[in-house]
Amino acid sequence: MIEVSKLSCGYGSKQILNEISFSIKAGTILSILGANGSGKSTLLKAMVGTLPYKGDIFIENKNVTQYNRKQRASLIAYVPQSSSIPFDFNVLEIVLMGRFHASSLGSLSYSKQDKEEAYLALKKVGIEDFQKRIFKNLSGGERQLVLIARALVQKSKIIIMDEPVTGLDLGNQMRLLDLISTLANDGKIVIQTTHYPDHALRVSTDVLWLQKGNILAFGTPLEVITPKRISDVYRVDSKFITHQENGIGYILPLKFNKKDI
Amino acid sequence: MFHKKVLFILVSLLFCISVLCAFYIGQYPISSEEFLNVLYYWVGLEQTPEILKTSESLSMILQEIRLPRILGAIIVGASLSLSGAVFQGIFVNPLVSPSILGVLSGASFGAALGMLLGESFLMIQLLAFIFGFVAVFLALMIGKTYNTSNTLLMLVLGGVISSSLFGAFLSLIKYMADPYNTLPSIVYWLMGSLSAVTLESVGVVFPWVLISTLLLIFFGKHLNLMSLGEDDALALGVDVKKVRFLMIILATLLSTLSVMLAGIIGWVGLVIPHIARFLIGSNHTTLLPFCAILGATFLVIVDTLSRNISHTEIPLGIITSLVGIPVFIFVLRYNIKRDES
Repeated sequence: MIEVSKLSCGYGSKQILNEISFSIKAGTILSILGANGSGKSTLLKAMVGTLPYKGDIFIENKNVTQYNRKQRASLIAYVPQSSSIPFDFNVLEIVLMGRFHASSLGSLSYSKQDKEEAYLALKKVGIEDFQKRIFKNLSGGERQLVLIARALVQKSKIIIMDEPVTGLDLGNQMRLLDLISTLANDGKIVIQTTHYPDHALRVSTDVLWLQKGNILAFGTPLEVITPKRISDVYRVDSKFITHQENGIGYILPLKFNKKDI
Repeated sequence: MFHKKVLFILVSLLFCISVLCAFYIGQYPISSEEFLNVLYYWVGLEQTPEILKTSESLSMILQEIRLPRILGAIIVGASLSLSGAVFQGIFVNPLVSPSILGVLSGASFGAALGMLLGESFLMIQLLAFIFGFVAVFLALMIGKTYNTSNTLLMLVLGGVISSSLFGAFLSLIKYMADPYNTLPSIVYWLMGSLSAVTLESVGVVFPWVLISTLLLIFFGKHLNLMSLGEDDALALGVDVKKVRFLMIILATLLSTLSVMLAGIIGWVGLVIPHIARFLIGSNHTTLLPFCAILGATFLVIVDTLSRNISHTEIPLGIITSLVGIPVFIFVLRYNIKRDES
């Protein structure tokens, strides 16, 4: 359902991504791994359409350039890595902005139904009592939850999240990972970047590993995430262990390997 | 945050009171009885009162001197505040004022040029209007020449360059102007005054201000998203480039029209949106109308002060700063305290 073809992208004259191609289908949870500066966020921004790129991105067999902005927002929701807003919006106002693409030009405010959906989305991330609080005064993790709620009310088929667990406490991390699984079960595509191989192993169906703007590996989590690759990329010796009861794999980091420096 | 409806009622009430006071208070004393009679007449409750028939000067003062000034203050105050709020939203920065893209510098230059050339008052107004837009377009062009992803920063830079350029031109004109006649009138005009406002000029400006105001309120939802920053706005479905251009044109129109009527009046476009945001929040669909009423009220009060503090009229720009600065300091302090608690 998403096909990325020979995508190159960067800032100014500096090219970050070099002709990347891959495709994923509905119900996929794609985790994008890679070292700092490998081009993870850049890839997401190109897909969301906030960064100009060369190459093509197809969604539902149609080039994204053929969709207007509102249509694009109805297809793709985006949770940015961080958000600093200097103005006093309350949480409900921020979440309602996710309904913008569905609102008609003439209406000054959002409908009652939109407000109910905003409430339900806040409930899904567990902060329904936050509605009247001022967004910019929340903690980093709380803001993250609000932005996830905003992405949920967009009701898009694709949700793209840039390091969504960053800043979340353990409880909220697990809640988010469960939410991601639920969304994929409903037939949505979820794409997330992450620095935690464990999170990729736990939820994703596909893993894309980026290195210096190229695809290092693309496949199922078990194929891609191996101690060998972790050692190659991060210089960390590690061990792959499988939990006896739930069968989930984990990467146990052992030590930083200084040998080659 | 206080309840929005209550705030709207309060600010409207304050607005009405300040307008009434502005009619009542002036260098020419009117007894309260006479004033009430005239009021009743205006709202149609009474036949033409004796005073208006007998006293030519009273009707002249109320209808030909105070009325246009008050209407001018309302229009200018509302326009500057609205354009400030819109620019703040577009530039994702609550410390931005209408002068960010050089509109005020351009308009000042235009007006000064008209005075130097000894043109009629109408021509001076027209030149102020034209050069206000020229300065903004220059800023937009400069912002466009750099190909980077951070378009907002480039626009700010364009505005700085355009402002400085027209500032330099203005200095040149001041230098060339006759120091006994033209220079003082340029300097006085730059300090802002409503004394030259006529009912005709109000009539010309008002429809444009009304249309821009309604359009901006209409685009309140777009402005909300724009004020989250370009990336968020794009991702949520706003055609940022087009909407931003339209908003800049409307906000520029409002500020140049205000300059045409009253010269340069500082602070209103920065302080009023700030206070309005503090009181009613940043949802632009409610913020913009609130801002307009609050700005109109503020300038009506300031203009009444400027007419009455001393025997000679004090330029508006001076009083807006003197009143605006303490209010601004108070609001900033309160804001910071509230954020920290």
